[in-house]
Amino acid sequence: MSEALTFHFDVNGEDFTSAGQASVRFKKNKRELGVDPEIIRRASIAMYEGEINMVIHAHGGVADVEVDEDAIKIVLKDQGPGIPDIAKAMQEGYSTAPDNIRSLGFGAGMGLPNMKRYTDEMQIYSTVGVGTTVTMKINLN
Amino acid sequence: MTVAEFAEKYSMEVLSMPEPAREIKGGYMGDLLSWVMGRAKADQAWITIMSNQNIIAVASLVDVACIILAEDVRLEESIVENAKAKGVNVLATKEPAFEIACQLSKEI
Repeated sequence: MSEALTFHFDVNGEDFTSAGQASVRFKKNKRELGVDPEIIRRASIAMYEGEINMVIHAHGGVADVEVDEDAIKIVLKDQGPGIPDIAKAMQEGYSTAPDNIRSLGFGAGMGLPNMKRYTDEMQIYSTVGVGTTVTMKINLN
Repeated sequence: MTVAEFAEKYSMEVLSMPEPAREIKGGYMGDLLSWVMGRAKADQAWITIMSNQNIIAVASLVDVACIILAEDVRLEESIVENAKAKGVNVLATKEPAFEIACQLSKEI
């Protein structure tokens, strides 16, 4: 790959059951590029968790993915309520998801920890009342 | 053992089997999807009672060998179609999760 490949996905906040379509499509794209399956798996799960977070908390958002020779970079951006205490949100088991989300199997407080677990670098920029941007990087080598 | 062989040996109902020859290389049991995404590994059989649309995306992303629905849990037809389209094997049985795990342990 001589130049970076970019992908843009809109994450629909209205239809919870369609969440994940962007991640699955993203996974398929990567497979076609010949990237190591374990790296694809990590990147896809991290992206899916981010996508689910945007659906649960922020009525959706946008995901931008860039792949170059060295890394997969994912930027998730929403205009939701923001995260007041990022350190707390990063704790496994801490969740502010409503009960109807839990009945779907989400809201276990593992989303952000999983995103960190599966990526090499992760930053969260959040302003209450304005929105949240999460950037993640997965090294290819 | 392949997913097709396991399904036949233990008389499981096949809801979706686009990849019958996939090898099962372990198992993971759980219903909280982020736990599954954080802990389950590729090529494992995922035993669950969760039956909403999101299990297909999770199974696809984690790259499990198959989903095994325990306790006679059923899927809506649209979810079965989605599983077939995404290449996700789905088996179903009346057995509880523990019994399925015991069956799996004999074969891997």
